[in-house]
Amino acid sequence: MNKVSAHYGHIRALRDVSLSVEEGEIVTIIGANGAGKSTTLMTICGIVPATAGEVRYLGRSIADIRADQLPAMGLCQVPEGRRIFPRLTIEENLDMGAFFRRDPDGVEADRNLVYRLFPVLFERRSQYGGTLSGGEQQMLAIARALMSRPKMLLLDEPSLGLSPMISQHIFRIVRNINEERGVTILLVEQNANIALKLADRAYVLETGRVVMEDTAARLRENPAIRKAYLGQ
Amino acid sequence: MTRGFRKSWRNFALALAWFYVLLWPLLGIRDGELHFDKSFTVWLRVAAVATACFILYRLGRRGVFNPVLEPAGRLRDAVADRLHRAPRWMLLAPLLLFALAYPLVTNRYAQDVAINVLVYICLGLGLNVVVGLCGLLDLGYIAFYGVGAYTYALLSVHYAIPFWVCLPICALFAAMAGCIIGYPTLRMRGDYLAIVTLGFGEIVRLVLNNWMALTGGPNGILGIKPPGIYLPHFAGGSLSFEYLALRKLEYLYYIILLLAVGTIIAVHRINFSRVGRAFEAIREDETAAELMGVNTFRYKLLAYALGAIFGGLAGAFFAARMRFVSPESFTFIESAMVLSMVVLGGMGSIPGVILGALALVALPEMFRQFELYRMLAFGGAMALMMVVRPAGLWPAARLGKRSDDAG
Repeated sequence: MNKVSAHYGHIRALRDVSLSVEEGEIVTIIGANGAGKSTTLMTICGIVPATAGEVRYLGRSIADIRADQLPAMGLCQVPEGRRIFPRLTIEENLDMGAFFRRDPDGVEADRNLVYRLFPVLFERRSQYGGTLSGGEQQMLAIARALMSRPKMLLLDEPSLGLSPMISQHIFRIVRNINEERGVTILLVEQNANIALKLADRAYVLETGRVVMEDTAARLRENPAIRKAYLGQ
Repeated sequence: MTRGFRKSWRNFALALAWFYVLLWPLLGIRDGELHFDKSFTVWLRVAAVATACFILYRLGRRGVFNPVLEPAGRLRDAVADRLHRAPRWMLLAPLLLFALAYPLVTNRYAQDVAINVLVYICLGLGLNVVVGLCGLLDLGYIAFYGVGAYTYALLSVHYAIPFWVCLPICALFAAMAGCIIGYPTLRMRGDYLAIVTLGFGEIVRLVLNNWMALTGGPNGILGIKPPGIYLPHFAGGSLSFEYLALRKLEYLYYIILLLAVGTIIAVHRINFSRVGRAFEAIREDETAAELMGVNTFRYKLLAYALGAIFGGLAGAFFAARMRFVSPESFTFIESAMVLSMVVLGGMGSIPGVILGALALVALPEMFRQFELYRMLAFGGAMALMMVVRPAGLWPAARLGKRSDDAG
């Protein structure tokens, strides 16, 4: 099933970007800084308006849908830089993730699941988001998105500013979420190395244009990609 | 003398000199002539007090007062700890009793001040919902106060609608005004939001001032009826109701106390509700809140409307008490005062706003005896507050706990 087919031209940031994500896949978008990767996710969510083209989710156009209606449809973003709520406690942050939900039992079940996946969040659940370390904030951001019981997650540079070990840990959890819960993942990453190890397929973005599209395995072998993004 | 010592004294001397330079043109130029004596005496007095304070401060830094301060600090911590653990009602009951008994033990002047404090508590708490909880910087909040006051004034004078019936109407009108003022500001952030709300506050005042046919313009509206209640009256076996106009200051005090307590309870409930969480999420990070499914459009409007309701109710009381309203009561300075109370007391904190209202209404009254230096002392106290406790007199409990071992 076609989850997202996006074909939009945005004069300043994105030009004629087309990509699609199938259900259950992990797709990543890699590229250098300023290539337009974050803009892509923000345009999907409608925070940045698309000046041309259309975005489709679950077979229908979501151009006229407000950003805050998307989590109810199963699409949730973990924005760049975490953007957790610093003066709310971890518990309250998670509650905000489930804000639109009307099934308290389901929310409770998801909260237990999230605490199982991220035990450190359970330990510090009464602490304020602003007091957490970078890695813990990233876990909180992902956990908060998970509280919305998403069908599809948009992850914007989860490894930003984190040590390799913590990034690995987080990516392992992302893979777990995809495999165990069947959540489709669209991942934007600057760290092409771990992104290509995690993903099934990948797009390469350069100055707002898609310059390459292939399976992750083939891209890892591609000499041009190796030189430009994998430091080989 | 150490270098730091000399440097701080040098800064102090420079500040005093600059103060004189600022002071002299205000007091020294009169009747086209130059006088030096008046400004010099004022300056001398301020300099004496300031130097004394500065010496005390330096001694305190050196640790001279520690034998007194340390046990005092420990005592304060112990008391705070006990207070923290006492059940809520134990602390509130004596306060409530004091508030209820207050008019019985004080004179008219003190009751008047208390009424003012309570009105500003309502205003401060209402603004707190907008600024402290939702993070929307509103510089024109007084407009809702004015809408409430004029609504009651007009309804009372033209249609003789009683006060209690008018209260919900005033709340409704204020809420509508909140939505009208909030709607154009939804896309704005920070400074732009502040300026636009400031503009709207002024627009309301100008409309009140110039719409002669409706509001009487600068002449205001006279002859507003005070609140009244129907008291049951038994006469010869039959029950009738006698109307009693509540003109006396004590009655008015109890009415505003009722309003204030109602506002406190309402704001407290909002604080801990789902709506309150949404407000706080919008304050923390609007985009992230939107991505989590919070309809920021609707919730921001709701914040304005809710805040406006409390302002409108306070305004209705104000009109009923003064029996006269004019646009002069609803200037920007009043908005700034209410905002100062919220910031001074601690944004987002209910006891903080109450303390802020007390400080900014009651303290100038206490300083009245200083006459000329009253505003100086007032400004100085504010500046000192900002240096010593920037989070406010009683910061919101949530913001206070940031340590790793928070419980």
